[in-house]
Amino acid sequence: MTKEADKPGAEEAGKTPLLVVSSSPHTHSGASVRRIMLDVVLAMLPAVAVSLWLFGLDALRLLTVCVAACVLFEYAARKIMKRDAGIGDLSAVVTGILLAFNLPPGLPSWMAVIGCFAAIVIAKQVFGGIGYNPFNPALVGRAALLASFPVQMTTWAAPSRLSAALEPARNTLDAMTMATPLGWTKTSLAAGSQLPIGMNGGVAWDFLAGFKPGCIGEVSGLALLLGAAYLFYRRCIYWQVPAFFIGAVVLFSGALWLDDPAHNMPPLFHVLSGGVILGAFFMATDMVTSPVTKTGMVIFGAGCGALTVLIRKWGGYPEGVSFAILIMNSLTPLINRGTKPRIFGHAKRNGRK
Amino acid sequence: MSIVKAMFRAVGGVHPDYRKSATAQKAVREMPLPALLRVSTAQHLGAPSRPVAKKGDAVLRGARLAEPAGFISAAVHSPTSGVVKAIADAPTPTGATAPAIEIEPDGRDAWDPSIAPKPDWQTMSSKNLAALVVEAGIVGMGGAGFPTHVKLSPPPNKPIDTLILNGAECEPYLTADHRLMIERAEQVWAGAEIIRHILGAKTVRVAIEDNKPDAVRSMERAMAGAAGDVAIAVLKTSYPQGAEKQQIYGITGREVPTGGLPMDVGCVVENVGTALAIFDAIVNGRPLTERITTVTGSPVADPSNVLARVGTPYGDLVSFCGGTSGPVAKWISGGPMMGFAQHSLETPTTKTTSGLVALAPGDLTAFASTPCISCSRCVTACPMKLLPCELSQILEAEDYAAAEALNVLDCIECGCCAFECPSRRPLVQHMRRGKARAMARRRAEEAKKKGK
Repeated sequence: MTKEADKPGAEEAGKTPLLVVSSSPHTHSGASVRRIMLDVVLAMLPAVAVSLWLFGLDALRLLTVCVAACVLFEYAARKIMKRDAGIGDLSAVVTGILLAFNLPPGLPSWMAVIGCFAAIVIAKQVFGGIGYNPFNPALVGRAALLASFPVQMTTWAAPSRLSAALEPARNTLDAMTMATPLGWTKTSLAAGSQLPIGMNGGVAWDFLAGFKPGCIGEVSGLALLLGAAYLFYRRCIYWQVPAFFIGAVVLFSGALWLDDPAHNMPPLFHVLSGGVILGAFFMATDMVTSPVTKTGMVIFGAGCGALTVLIRKWGGYPEGVSFAILIMNSLTPLINRGTKPRIFGHAKRNGRK
Repeated sequence: MSIVKAMFRAVGGVHPDYRKSATAQKAVREMPLPALLRVSTAQHLGAPSRPVAKKGDAVLRGARLAEPAGFISAAVHSPTSGVVKAIADAPTPTGATAPAIEIEPDGRDAWDPSIAPKPDWQTMSSKNLAALVVEAGIVGMGGAGFPTHVKLSPPPNKPIDTLILNGAECEPYLTADHRLMIERAEQVWAGAEIIRHILGAKTVRVAIEDNKPDAVRSMERAMAGAAGDVAIAVLKTSYPQGAEKQQIYGITGREVPTGGLPMDVGCVVENVGTALAIFDAIVNGRPLTERITTVTGSPVADPSNVLARVGTPYGDLVSFCGGTSGPVAKWISGGPMMGFAQHSLETPTTKTTSGLVALAPGDLTAFASTPCISCSRCVTACPMKLLPCELSQILEAEDYAAAEALNVLDCIECGCCAFECPSRRPLVQHMRRGKARAMARRRAEEAKKKGK
C-alpha cells in the first residue's frame, strides 16, 4: 500500500476504487533493462578502478568524455527522431564505458567523441535504438576510430606499472610509448626475429593483473573477471559465450603453437593479452547482438574465438577481438534461425519408454 | 509406498515470490450460505451446460440444474436447497458472461433424495464409475476445468499405466490444495484409489513440491497401507511444476506429443481436489457443489482458506474474510501467474476457483511494449522451449503465419516469459492472440475441406 498516488487503481481510493484488468501474469520478477545496464556498469567498476590506477588522468578523461558524449548523443538522437528520450535505461552509459575501455590512453578527446557518435548515432539510433542494433555499438565506435585514426589508435602509453618482460618494448625514440605485447610479437615475427616474450608464471601474473600497455579497460584480466563473476551472479550473461570464446582461442592458438612453437605464442599469452577477456565477458555477451539460443551462444562464442586467433595470426592487425565479435554479430540472426531448440513434445523419441 | 524424487529435470520455469505463508497454516473454514448463489453454466472447458431447472423451481442440494451439452461439457448441480429465482447472464471469471441459475437458499440445506452413496465401488465396473463422475459434474479443479470423465474414458488403444495426482500447487499465494492434503488426506487418497480402479493404472504418483513437507507427511500417512507401485513424487519447488505436461515429464520422462493429451503417453493427471470430488461423488453420492478457495493478498483483512459453495459471489467470499484493510488495485481469480483479473466482485465462484487474490497498488506490474533486448531470459524460462522473444516480435508485426510456423500453438500460457522479461513486454498477450489466429485459420481450413 505504498506509493498509491501514482499507480492506477488508486485514483479514487476510498470512494469507488478502480480495478486494473489485464492479461496474466499479474506478477513480475522485477527485472528491468535499466537494472541490467546498471549491473553491467557495476561489473565494470573494478576494471575502471584499475584503469585509473594504471593510466591516471588519461583514463579518467576518456571515461568521462565517452560516457558524457554517448548519453548526449543518445538524448539528442531520440529528440531529433521525435521518440521518447530513452537515456533512462543507462544503455548509453554502458556503451560509453565500453568504448572508453577500447581506446588507448593517449587518444585525444575529440577523437573519442567521434567514436561515440559512430557508436550511438550510426550503430544504434539509426537502426531504431536499443534492441534493434545489429552490431555492438561500442565496437562499431572502435572500428570507426581504428579506420579513421590508425596511428593514434595504436599508440600506446606505458602504464604506471609495467611487467619487466615488456621493458624492451619501449619506443627507443620516445620512452613514454611502447608496443602492446601483441603488436610487439607481430612486428618481431614480421621482421624475421625470434618471439620477443617468453611466457612464464611471473609474466602471466603481470599480464593478468594488467601491467602491460593496451586499451584502458582491457589490460587487467583480474579486474574484468571479478566483474564477470558479478554478471554471472546477476544472470546478465550466460557461460556459453565466454567459455567457448576463450576455449576456441586456447584450442586454435594451442594448435598453432604445438605445430610451430618458434613462431607462435602459447595459448596462455593469447588469452591474457589484448582484449580477449574484455571481449569474451563484456562485449560478445552483449544481449542485443548475440544469439538467444544456448546452442547459438556456443557457436557464436566459438566463432569469436576462432576469428580472433585467425586475425591475430594472419590478419593485418595485431589484435582481432573486436573485428571477430563484429563479424559474429552479423551472423547472429542466422545462428538464431539455425539453432532453434527442439520444442517440448516435438521429439522423435516421443511416446512411451 | 515410498517417497521418490522427481527423476527428470523439467526445462525452464521461474521462481516467483510465493507468498503462501499468510494462509498455509490456516485450517479451512466453512463459509455460511450467502443470500444468493449464482451457478454458472460455463464452469468448465468445452460447451456450456444446458439449464434444465426453471424459474420458480424448488430445488434441493445436489439436484441437477443444467445438463452437459456434449461430450466435452459437464452437469451443474444446486449447491443448496432453495428456489430458482432466475436464469440470467452472470460474469464468469474469465471476463465473459454466461447464463447462470440463481438460487435463493431456503436455509435448510437439504440434500436431494436422489443422492445414492456407493461405498462398495470396488465391485463396480470402470464404465459405471465413470458414468457416476459424469453425473456428479466433476471437472479438473486445478484451474483449467477440463471435464474429468473425458480423462477417465480413454479409448481402448490408449491404455493408462500411470496416474499422477497433482498436488504441486505451484501458483504463488494459493494454499487450497495444500490444506486439502493436510486436512483431508484420507479422502483424497481414497479418491485416487477410485480413479486408479477406473483407469486400471498400475502406478500412482502423488506430486507435491518440496515447499510443502507437511503435505508430504500427511499424504504419506494416508497412503501407508496402499498396495502396488504407489509413491509420493517430491518435485523441486518451481513454477510451473503443476503444469500437466511438465509434471508428466518430471516424473516419468515421457513427453506428451504436440497437440496430444497425457493419455497419448499412458498417463492421466488429476488435481488432488478433483480426487476428493470423485471420492465425494462415489462414496457419498454427492455431486460437486463446493470447493476450497484461498482468499488472500496483502489488502485482505483475514486471509483464509474458505470452503464455499459453487456460485458464491466473490464479494461474499471477501466479506467472510473480513473484507479489505487497504486499497485493492487488482482482484485475480486464480493465482497471479495464470489467473484472471476481475472487473467486479459480482462474479460467482466456479468449480475451478482455486483462489481469489487481491493485489495492492504497490504489487502491480505494468507491462509495456518496449523493444526486446534479446536477453534470452524468456528462452531459458520457457518450459516448452519456445522462443518467446522472437514469437512476440513476429506477433507484434502481425505475421501470424510465421508465428504458427514457430509453433505458437505449443504455448501453454504459463507466463514464465513475461514474468522474466526485463523489457516488460506483454508476451502472453501476444501468444494468446497468435494462438487464437492460428486456431481460427485451422478451423477455416477444416471447414473448407469438409465443404469440398
